[in-house]
Amino acid sequence: MNFDFSDDQKYLKEQARKFLSEQSSMAVVRTVLNDEQKSHDAGLWKAIADMGWLGAAIPEEFGGLGLGELELCVLAEEMGRSLAPVPWASTVYFFAEAIKIAGTDAQKTAILPKLAEGGVIGCVAASEGPGEPRATNLKTVFDGTSVTGMKVPVTDGDCATHALVLAKHQDGTSLVIVDLSGAGVEAKAIKTFDPTRSHATLTFTKAPAQLLGEAGDGEALLHRVYDRAAVLLAFEQIGGSQACLDMATDYAKGRYAFSRQIGSFQAIKHKLADMYVALEIARSNAFYGAWALSSDAPELPLAAAAARIAACDAYYLASKENIQTHGGMGFTWDVDCHLYYRRAKLLAVQAGAPSLWKEKLVRRLEMRNAA
Amino acid sequence: MDFNDTPEEAAFRQRAQAFLAAQVEPRAGQTESLQKRLSDKEYMLAAKAYQKAKAENGFAGITWPKEQGGLGLAPIFSVIFGQEEGKFDAPAGPFTIGLGMCVPTVIAFATDAQKERHVGPALRGEEIWCQLFSEPSAGSDVAGLKTKAVRDGDDWVINGQKVWTSGAHYSDWGIVLVRTNADKAKHKGLSMFFIDMKSPGIEVRPIHQMSGGSNFNEVYFTDVRVPNSQMLGGEGNGWSVALVTLMNERLAVGGSPGPDYKEIFEWAKTMPGQDGGTLAEDQSFRQKVADWFVRAEGYKLAKFRTMTALSKGQTPGPESSIGKIITANQLQDITHNAMESMDHFGIITDAAYAPSEGVFQQSHMWAAGLRIAGGTDEILKNIIAERILGLPGDVRVDKDVAFKDLPSGR
Ligand SMILES: Cc1cc2nc3c(=O)[nH]c(=O)nc-3n(C[C@H](O)[C@H](O)[C@H](O)COP(=O)(O)OP(=O)(O)OC[C@H]3O[C@@H](n4cnc5c(N)ncnc54)[C@H](O)[C@@H]3O)c2cc1C
Ligand SMILES: Cc1cc2nc3c(=O)[nH]c(=O)nc-3n(C[C@H](O)[C@H](O)[C@H](O)COP(=O)(O)OP(=O)(O)OC[C@H]3O[C@@H](n4cnc5c(N)ncnc54)[C@H](O)[C@@H]3O)c2cc1C
Repeated sequence: MNFDFSDDQKYLKEQARKFLSEQSSMAVVRTVLNDEQKSHDAGLWKAIADMGWLGAAIPEEFGGLGLGELELCVLAEEMGRSLAPVPWASTVYFFAEAIKIAGTDAQKTAILPKLAEGGVIGCVAASEGPGEPRATNLKTVFDGTSVTGMKVPVTDGDCATHALVLAKHQDGTSLVIVDLSGAGVEAKAIKTFDPTRSHATLTFTKAPAQLLGEAGDGEALLHRVYDRAAVLLAFEQIGGSQACLDMATDYAKGRYAFSRQIGSFQAIKHKLADMYVALEIARSNAFYGAWALSSDAPELPLAAAAARIAACDAYYLASKENIQTHGGMGFTWDVDCHLYYRRAKLLAVQAGAPSLWKEKLVRRLEMRNAA
Repeated sequence: MDFNDTPEEAAFRQRAQAFLAAQVEPRAGQTESLQKRLSDKEYMLAAKAYQKAKAENGFAGITWPKEQGGLGLAPIFSVIFGQEEGKFDAPAGPFTIGLGMCVPTVIAFATDAQKERHVGPALRGEEIWCQLFSEPSAGSDVAGLKTKAVRDGDDWVINGQKVWTSGAHYSDWGIVLVRTNADKAKHKGLSMFFIDMKSPGIEVRPIHQMSGGSNFNEVYFTDVRVPNSQMLGGEGNGWSVALVTLMNERLAVGGSPGPDYKEIFEWAKTMPGQDGGTLAEDQSFRQKVADWFVRAEGYKLAKFRTMTALSKGQTPGPESSIGKIITANQLQDITHNAMESMDHFGIITDAAYAPSEGVFQQSHMWAAGLRIAGGTDEILKNIIAERILGLPGDVRVDKDVAFKDLPSGR
């Protein structure tokens, strides 16, 4: 039994934490929070590109470091802990993974090396309204060479250079790549619950687009990408949950009420113990997802769903009870609690909300049992 | 990352599988289990025979020192055997407390001659041990116990009452925690003895459990004499000895203690749902199945992480406290949902009518006890908060006060 990260991977994680505690301090996160014009922190983006992280799991032949998905998982946890205000998830978990699993050699050569250097920022443009985007409710269409329609919200849509667009095509849907610097693209920033990450509407008017993967296979491909991203997001969520638990524990030790540390009240202790249990369940499921992702195991769809559900639960619990533990201070703009509360919600609804994933999980369980 | 055994572990697992396949039957539905089929007496004989076979084939006392007849292996091997044993309907229950907690305490504190006398028979299933700690006024706070022992020549004389003693009615020996000095502070005046359960003055009265059975007991001590030589760890050191017993609590290795997501989901395919289909097709039910799956898998995988640590020679810490909180509450929740989803029919326990012969109803009863036995939910959460997260202990009112001056309620 070796169900743990290797010493090298743990070392990478430690280095990443050190690096991010300086480069993505809360002061850095707050520059993006407080400045509506600022989509992300460009300095941090360049710094992580220089570290090679953007290409960590991209093969060397396409300009990456050629490390594995496990290395990406440990980086994801630290990015989540630091609330890094950069288009990292969009670019690395969604866009790069999509190109990696479905791109032609030409597409990989054109995109991945630049992405690894920090010159390509990717985003996913799937949603058009409330509910899960499906062939039956999409309005955006792909005609074989260009795409027309409007997408909202698109995480990182206003700073991205490329979008992965889900569009109606022939009898089904296709995923297409749009170079956002091309003609027929309009991006407009919109306000969201989590201002530390930028969001936009993307309007396409006959915007040139190229097919990714098989025509008509868009939704299925997007779900395969989501399975991979779900594991990586789960690590971000664990990092965030752990940060909340650490913050709440620290505060509970230092804050006095009724002439006692509030951490000596069981109402607080049991709250934090519940956070710990939820986090352990999330961490264990995420580890399994990491194993499945890194070994291309047939268990990935089920493992990814479990990792995602557990991580969404743990982060929601940790972020709300962290505020609660801080009392009135927790409700202020200046204390960081709300930043996690915001991010927890973004990560929970991006790529499908937990209730959708629960249904996916049960269907996958049925398929596994039938097999 | 991988889930493979080392070659040594794999070889041991294979040997264990072969042994188990030859000795016991695979785990079946609850009603057909050995325990249900056999009378109490027959079950005890089967259990003793099974324990004897374990000892003869090198699967007993896996982590115990070789001098004591153990195998001297690392804890991971114990976990591996437990995993395999859990797949079978092995009659191991009567030995869990004795071999898991009591005898290791004897090994840690008894004289060589005493170990020579007691460890072998316990290992071979010839003698069963029980743990006499809890009292009417001392459960979670076991150090608040009142049963007292007074020195008389070479003996001590014990008077008082223990309660919730699992298996006292069939045990040959027990370890008993008593107060030897009420003038000292609560934790300082305790001592531990091992004692012959057939000693004159010991009276065992079964307690009728809410679930119907009677596996635990009240144990009354009236002028029970125990030689001073049977004191473990020295006078006044009972609390440190008790901590050794409690830390030895067997690593939770088995599967779930009753029906889990698999069983309820399979069962739901045969139950009517609200929208004309089966229960397994109902959206609200499916959402819950996903939650149960995530918790069951999460706990199983957390144990894999513990095994990894064990496999690297590390000792598991208080993290294992999360196990019972998860499994006991999940069992209660699953069985609660199973019963409610049958509507009025869910109340039936009569095996002639109740689906799955009433396993959900029975387990719903048992789950309530599981949340209390071996440390309540609340105490386990305190342990997580204090020992893992490092939060301050509760304000203590009992620290520097003589035990006799402490308040005690009902
Ligand atoms: C929106 C808002 C409006 C407010 N308006 C006003 C106002 O107009 N006037 C005014 O005077 N105040 C106001 N308050 C302050 C509010 O009353 C306090 O924030 C609240 O009483 C908690 O006190 P605290 O913030 O000091 O937290 P603390 O008392 O430090 O509590 C921190 C945490 O410890 C827990 N805790 C503390 N003691 C115990 C205990 N004995 N047992 C268990 N847990 C415990 C708390 O529940 C909390 O989770 C307002 C607060 C908010 C959020
Ligand atoms: C099936 C079963 C088998 C058992 N077998 C044995 C055995 O073989 N040998 C043995 O010695 N004992 C045994 N026990 C006893 C068991 O260890 C105790 O029941 C348990 O420790 C709780 O103690 P109590 O029943 O006195 O409850 P109490 O300690 O009185 O607890 C009552 C309630 O108060 C809560 N509480 C108590 N203290 C605190 C605190 N500090 N903070 C928050 N909440 C608190 C508890 O969580 C509980 O909810 C068994 C119990 C059961 C149910």
